[in-house]
Amino acid sequence: MLEQILVLLPQVIFDGFLLGFVYAMVALGYTMVYGVLELINFAHSEIFMIGAVVGVEVFRYLAPALPNGYLLLLLALLLGGLIAGGTAILVERFAYRPLRKRGTTNRLVPLITAIGVSFILQDLVRLIEGLWHNEFFLRMRTVEALEGSVELFGGAIFAQTKAFIVIVVSILMLVGLTYLVNRTKLGVAIRAVAQDLSTASLMGIDPDRVISRTFLIGGSLGGVAGVLFALMYTTVNPYVGFLPGIKAFTAAVLGGIGNIPGAMLGGLVLGQLENFFGTYLPILTNGNFGTEYKDVVAFLILIFILLVRPQGLLGQVVKEKV
Amino acid sequence: MTALALTLGFLLFTWLAPGALSALFGLLALGVTAFGRLSPSQRGLSLALLTLGFTLGLRASGNTLGLIGLVGILVALTTLKVPRLLQILLGLAILLLSVPIAGFANTFIFELGIQIGIYAAMALGLNVVVGMAGLLDLGYAAFFAVGAYTWAIFGSEQAKNFLQGNFPLPGEYMYLFMAIAIVTTAITGLLIGLPALRLRGDYLAIVTLGLGEVVRILANNLDHPINFTNGPQGITPVQRPPIDWFHSLAASLGLQLDARTDYQLFFYLLVLLMIGLVVLVNLNLANSRFGRAWVAIREDEIAARSMGIPLLPTKLLAFMTGAAFSGVMGVIFAAQRTFVSPESFTLLASITILAMVILGGMGSIPGAILGAAALTILNLDVLKTFSEFVRTSLPQIPSQVDPAKYERLVFGVILVLMMIFRPEGLIPEKRHRAEMEEA
Repeated sequence: MLEQILVLLPQVIFDGFLLGFVYAMVALGYTMVYGVLELINFAHSEIFMIGAVVGVEVFRYLAPALPNGYLLLLLALLLGGLIAGGTAILVERFAYRPLRKRGTTNRLVPLITAIGVSFILQDLVRLIEGLWHNEFFLRMRTVEALEGSVELFGGAIFAQTKAFIVIVVSILMLVGLTYLVNRTKLGVAIRAVAQDLSTASLMGIDPDRVISRTFLIGGSLGGVAGVLFALMYTTVNPYVGFLPGIKAFTAAVLGGIGNIPGAMLGGLVLGQLENFFGTYLPILTNGNFGTEYKDVVAFLILIFILLVRPQGLLGQVVKEKV
Repeated sequence: MTALALTLGFLLFTWLAPGALSALFGLLALGVTAFGRLSPSQRGLSLALLTLGFTLGLRASGNTLGLIGLVGILVALTTLKVPRLLQILLGLAILLLSVPIAGFANTFIFELGIQIGIYAAMALGLNVVVGMAGLLDLGYAAFFAVGAYTWAIFGSEQAKNFLQGNFPLPGEYMYLFMAIAIVTTAITGLLIGLPALRLRGDYLAIVTLGLGEVVRILANNLDHPINFTNGPQGITPVQRPPIDWFHSLAASLGLQLDARTDYQLFFYLLVLLMIGLVVLVNLNLANSRFGRAWVAIREDEIAARSMGIPLLPTKLLAFMTGAAFSGVMGVIFAAQRTFVSPESFTLLASITILAMVILGGMGSIPGAILGAAALTILNLDVLKTFSEFVRTSLPQIPSQVDPAKYERLVFGVILVLMMIFRPEGLIPEKRHRAEMEEA
């Protein structure tokens, strides 16, 4: 048994990183919105799903016309990011902003709104896909250029070309976002609003604009992650966002919610843990407990982290004002 | 005066042409009665006539719009000024006479009544958790599942897989298992609550959502290594209690029951009884030491703690109470359907119950019942009828647009619109309304 575990280990770690990067990208969307508004944007799972669906559609319609696989993917990433980001802005404008304007102090109100939005988006996509293609369980059309694979370390790791694309794109996105938040004017404004919304608005920052841009950025990241997810896992439906969304939230909490490097770290750690349990649980228990319990593991990690270190791995303790 | 005239017109209309059109007219008359300027006794008279009209209409045509009218009258009775005696008599008449009479004409009315009742009792349970104590629980269906499986496993041959003995247990044991389910779900509530309730607000919501999913995953996968739940196939048939005594009781009242309606009537009355009990417990809790402690925690946790309220035990008690209500209804659900599968306990089920509580008004008892009635009728009846209508009258529209498939969309829209325009709910609780207005 031990031998079996060791033989699989490099592959497990590689796949764990892959999964981790996808979680990290989605987690960034949660973390940014939470950092600015202290709102768990449940609908972010559906923004991710929209990205995945857009990815499938772009490949379906443009694959025959565009022979270059990489150009096709670039287009899919751009469109996926744009449409998902646009949806995120609309959600903010029509669901969250009215609540903010009324100034509700009850924290349950925005959370319930977010759940409602998430349900609406799921069924809207289902409706559109149903009308468009008469089905809503979609398969990603494969393109030959993206279907290659290599074996690394003498066959210890089997890696698809797609896997490298996912890793490269996500690292680029993460670095870009870090630069944006830390070095640009918009980044300063976002951090100012996150610090204190009313003071920031006194300093000549328009909070509505900053918040809607935060949603745009977070949503686009989620959309890009969705396209990459569709590329990797090839089957997509309107309810596909729920589990990755919850796990990405877990990742954000794990790293310290509101903390951007924390979200990345949390995503990678969670990806490793989940992949580890998903692969080894059946082996360790002689097949008595299957891969499906890996989701249980993710939830148990979430609870454990919240109990032991609620501020997360990189987060800071927030003192409560009375 | 217009209200009374409309009501009389409705009676005549139903007499001549019972059906959807007359029921719609009745709803109009009900609206005018509810919102018009009427003295309490006039309003009572009008409501009584409307009840008569809806009952006659239901008996003659079986159109379910009439049931909506009856629910509307019940709401009007609880929220408007009507003479006390009439309130009680009319309420009892609707629940014990009108609905059964309609049910014998159209058994679907019984089915609707039972579903509304089960959901109403659960909404009342969740109301204790969310409405009174302010703890957002997104995994409430998990307790329902635990209750349902508690009876389903022992009330079917399923228990033979891991226990020696004579299974299924005879149906009478269902009553015992209703008591056992209170214990098992309260323990589940304790197990889920103990870690989760140390957290606050948003985090609590996410963790309960996660734990609810864990329970569903367990129900889905515990068919190996030992077959407890029979996995995704679910468990069937689940025993129902024998009701010979109920037959003879009905016969002595001059009512001949047949195999189609006997269990429907029995479960309808059982569910009514349960709701009565749950409402009683709810009312007593709201005025008890615990009820006040819950409200205190909901309003301001830190202040409540400073006043010496022990946070975790108080919250746990709310959680376990809510869980127990849900567990009992789970047993009834399993017996009534004779079938239990993990599909009934998804996140959608939890959100549906939450939507009922929110729609009705958090913390408000008539609100929770109204919310349950409205959403169950919407989901089981209105959307399905609408689908039927679309399919027959507009056949060129593809089946993907079938309104019955868009339950989530409707619930989502309700949640968002309620939060934006009326966060305190349709029949708000006094304190909640004050709080929302203040904000």
